Amino acid sequence: MNNLGKEIVNEDTMKGKFLTFTLGKEFYGIDICYVTEIVGIQPITVVPELPDFIKGIINLRGQIIPVMDARLKFGKIVKEYNDRTCIIVIDVNELSIGVIVDAVAEVLTLSEENIVPPPMVGGSGRKYIKNIGKNNEQVILIIDSGALLNQEELENIQDYSD
Amino acid sequence: MYSEYIDEAMLQAYIHDTTQIIEKIEHLMIQNEQVEVLSKDVIDQVFRDVHTIKVSSATMMYNNISEIAHVLEDLFSIIRNDITIKYDLSMLTDLIFEGIDFYKIELLKVSNNQLVDGDATNLKDNINIFIDEIRLTNNLDTTDNTIEISDQYYINKKEDNVKCYYKIHLMFDDGCEMENIRAYTVVQNIMEKTDVVYYQPNNIIEDESTMALIKESGFNMVIKTELSKVILEEILNETIFLESLTVNEITLDEFDVLSILYQTEIFEEPIKDTEIELPIEKDNIIMTETPVDNKVIGVSTEKLDALMNLVGELVIAESMVTENPEVTELKIESFDKASRQLKKLSGDLQDMVMGIRMVPLTTTFLNMHRVVKDMNTKCNKEVTLEVNGESTEVDKNIIEKLKNPLIQIIRNAIEHGIEPPAKRTSLGKSNQGLITLQAENSGSDVLIIIKDDGKGLNKKLIYDKAIKQQLISSNMEDLSDSDIYQLIFHPDYSTHNNEIENREHDISMHVIHEILESVGGGVIVDSIPDKSTTVTIKIPLTQAIIEGMNLKVGQSRFTLPLMTIKESFRPKHDDVFKDPSGNEMIILRGSCYPILRLHEYYGIATKVKKCHEGILVMIEENEKSICLLADELIGQQQVVVKTLPGYIKAQKNIKGVSGCTLLGDGNISLILDVKQLNNFNKVEVIQ
Repeated sequence: MNNLGKEIVNEDTMKGKFLTFTLGKEFYGIDICYVTEIVGIQPITVVPELPDFIKGIINLRGQIIPVMDARLKFGKIVKEYNDRTCIIVIDVNELSIGVIVDAVAEVLTLSEENIVPPPMVGGSGRKYIKNIGKNNEQVILIIDSGALLNQEELENIQDYSD
Repeated sequence: MYSEYIDEAMLQAYIHDTTQIIEKIEHLMIQNEQVEVLSKDVIDQVFRDVHTIKVSSATMMYNNISEIAHVLEDLFSIIRNDITIKYDLSMLTDLIFEGIDFYKIELLKVSNNQLVDGDATNLKDNINIFIDEIRLTNNLDTTDNTIEISDQYYINKKEDNVKCYYKIHLMFDDGCEMENIRAYTVVQNIMEKTDVVYYQPNNIIEDESTMALIKESGFNMVIKTELSKVILEEILNETIFLESLTVNEITLDEFDVLSILYQTEIFEEPIKDTEIELPIEKDNIIMTETPVDNKVIGVSTEKLDALMNLVGELVIAESMVTENPEVTELKIESFDKASRQLKKLSGDLQDMVMGIRMVPLTTTFLNMHRVVKDMNTKCNKEVTLEVNGESTEVDKNIIEKLKNPLIQIIRNAIEHGIEPPAKRTSLGKSNQGLITLQAENSGSDVLIIIKDDGKGLNKKLIYDKAIKQQLISSNMEDLSDSDIYQLIFHPDYSTHNNEIENREHDISMHVIHEILESVGGGVIVDSIPDKSTTVTIKIPLTQAIIEGMNLKVGQSRFTLPLMTIKESFRPKHDDVFKDPSGNEMIILRGSCYPILRLHEYYGIATKVKKCHEGILVMIEENEKSICLLADELIGQQQVVVKTLPGYIKAQKNIKGVSGCTLLGDGNISLILDVKQLNNFNKVEVIQ
């Protein structure tokens, strides 16, 4: 019974909060409840035979976390990593993965009316967008974390694995 | 409503303890199958055990279990009182086994959170009939020594229908927990035998805070009843975890005053803790009463797993400190000394923790006796089981998985392997079949050998069936004996016709093979036609920590299990050649081995492209050897095996990689799966 109380409290404080990051000129957001931590870019151990966007694995204080490059995942040109590059570790359904992004911006609170469903346009990367958020004049593409970790993608990326 | 309060830990403790007691009783009865009469010690032991089951099941409100225990207790109390009492031992044994089977089913329901609703009235009646028979044959009178309320006319000196009033105060043992629930149980117990009960604190079910109150100041009741003080005390003394009990006779007036007080008092005293949560640390509660068990403590396996993980991390962290390149360069002697000490201590700690998880095979093996007995009855055969090496220890996780395969193998041996007594005599064998179950250590594995002296495997039959089911296409002469025998592990190889019931409980040889592979072991079968069949199960001592040899390929690091390495060497340029199909090979001391270039296999960029510039490591598995080309050997290290992250495993099964580990310098090294590497191009080794 105590846990129930705690969960309700957590959801309220976490609802509507997004961690925003940049890829090039675009702003993206992830639901804060999935974000476990943010670390700076660190040496990645390559694991063979994985699709291109999965760069390998890292050692995070003894825990082994796979990392994917967000640029490659969303079909953008790859950029060299610099000291602003960060890895956002997200945890969905007990699967942890790190997402390599250009830079991390801030934690934004978006109210319900500022969140609208995405437009029905095609193109790679669009299937990961859950919603569109508006912050003043800034457009934020809110990412569906579940879809990011989805394995159906495997069929769509057959070309990478060969 | 009640079951909400029985928390998980208490349930686990109950299941664990009751399972142990049932096994104990079962072993005792099996050991004593052949004796004429049960010894006093055995009877006493079973009586105590059954009593414990009765009480603990009643506390947990599993009344059907408790009732059976109650009648069994009655049965044993009769025969323990007088050692000369005659009874039919095999009937007794059968009844007990029926009871045990009933318990096993009910306990399974308990652990699966299902309704514990088994109906054992048949069994109860049978036991009662048996008890009456004993009484009749031995001319015992029908009164017995157990406390029954209907016997009160022997002891109660007061006249009938005179009501007495008592004030009762009880204190529970320190640390028994759930005092409010126990108090409620007591009230329930008493209520059946008395007219009126008032108790304080009176909101024991609704209010958890009453638990602390009862813990400190005890539990009070006033009752109105016809029972005498002595009987009342006897009833209350049966309460489990009772520390102290005071029963005082009071007058009607006092009763009236106290009853009003207990009914209306609502406790608003501020309790010291803000929330009284249901207790969590229950794992150490032992529900059995025999003093011998006090040397053993039950610990949940989750805690052990967490402990193992922590120790694993400690080993890694210790390597990261002591092998830090910048520190080792400084060559400080006192630091070296201290780090050697640290290494030794963490090594000892690791050994000890791994040892904790090791459990002897004794219980598992002893349970097989029961299986043999049941199969004997079912198949009308006579088979004895000989057990050796049962004190060999195996990781607890693995033992759980071993049970079903072992049972299935023994059932197969009796059902299909061993011939009926008549046939055996005609073949010149003894009419009793023999199965030997043996466990022994072999290197870093444990071997369990099950051998029966039955008719062995019929190669022709297996081959024909396999051809019919299109499992293989080679000729029989091309296959070795062991190849044919291994066919029975093929997923599509279907076993025999449905002769005996319980098919649903059977598992196929393929499933057995999979189960064993999943713990890192294996199973092989051998046979001498008409003489014997031998099934050998191989299981690793532990899966988590292995001795590894680290290799460098380009920027990547790999680790090979040390035991798979036969040798490593730098070849001469001319030793390496290509066979007609283009596969690289090397000849070493007359034998030819294929070469697997790791950098090509995994697509790693490296400067070392020629064999004579790198190092060849010969690995062997299941008598097949190949050579791996790596840049260099880094060194030997004890590594903690970690599985690849779930996300990666879900994406793809990476060939040749079975896990990963952290090296001393913080880098990640991939652990190579020798079995998969061996099959990299399925080339036959020319020897």
